[in-house]
Amino acid sequence: MRIECPICGSRERREFYYQGADGMIARPDPDAGGEVWHAYLHLRDNPAGETRDLWYHEGGCGAWIVVTRNTVTHEVLGTRLASDAREAAS
Amino acid sequence: MVELKAQTPCAGLLPMTIGSVTVVEADLGVLTSLSPVGDGKDFAAALKAAHGLGAPKPGRATGRDGQRCLWFARSEVLLAGPVPDKTLEAHAAVVDQSDGWACVTLSGAGAVDVLARLVPVDFRESIFKRGHTARTLVQHMSASITRTGADTFLILVFRSMAGTLVHELKVAMEAVASRG
Ligand SMILES: [Zn+2]
Repeated sequence: MRIECPICGSRERREFYYQGADGMIARPDPDAGGEVWHAYLHLRDNPAGETRDLWYHEGGCGAWIVVTRNTVTHEVLGTRLASDAREAAS
Repeated sequence: MVELKAQTPCAGLLPMTIGSVTVVEADLGVLTSLSPVGDGKDFAAALKAAHGLGAPKPGRATGRDGQRCLWFARSEVLLAGPVPDKTLEAHAAVVDQSDGWACVTLSGAGAVDVLARLVPVDFRESIFKRGHTARTLVQHMSASITRTGADTFLILVFRSMAGTLVHELKVAMEAVASRG
């Protein structure tokens, strides 16, 4: 499996650390309430198909990356810097 | 009075030649991590003015022996050689890392084959040319690898990993040499 780092280019999976769902980027307000924080911390979708995760290019440039991939076909569909994804969302 | 003698990271371990490949310790001089602030344009101008070096883009190195600047991570480059000029401090976080890295030069016909056994990056000359650099792994070690010549690579790992780096290189060099 290879992942396209937006900074380093196509690199082997062993250079990356997997963190989990990309929802961690959208941190709620401190006073958003218990339900919202519960969902942010504990509730995850488990899709058969397209999903977005956070990966860390630990053995490379040190960037956090949002990877869009398909859990059924294992195809990596796209990558972008997590900082760009967060700016686009805000 | 106790007299302390400075030891280099690979003291007693190098040089080492196996087959057509040689590893020697590289004395790069002062090593300084530079993390530019803002969009980096002022930093690039300051680096050029102070040291005559271009600010390297990701995956690239500028300069030559004795005075290099390696792209080193996201928003970070490594100045290798000169004492960093004070003017850089207005445009970047400047951190001395001189004693933090073990630096070696791997050279000779077959150097690429040695790296191919240790590193998940394609170092063939058609892909990874002189002046190209990568942050990657040597087996499990975080490393910086730069091509400085046709068959010459500069490899940096954390100083605490010096012995492991030399061991990994030795095993790979023996394997390459045994294939004749
Ligand atoms: Zn990267």
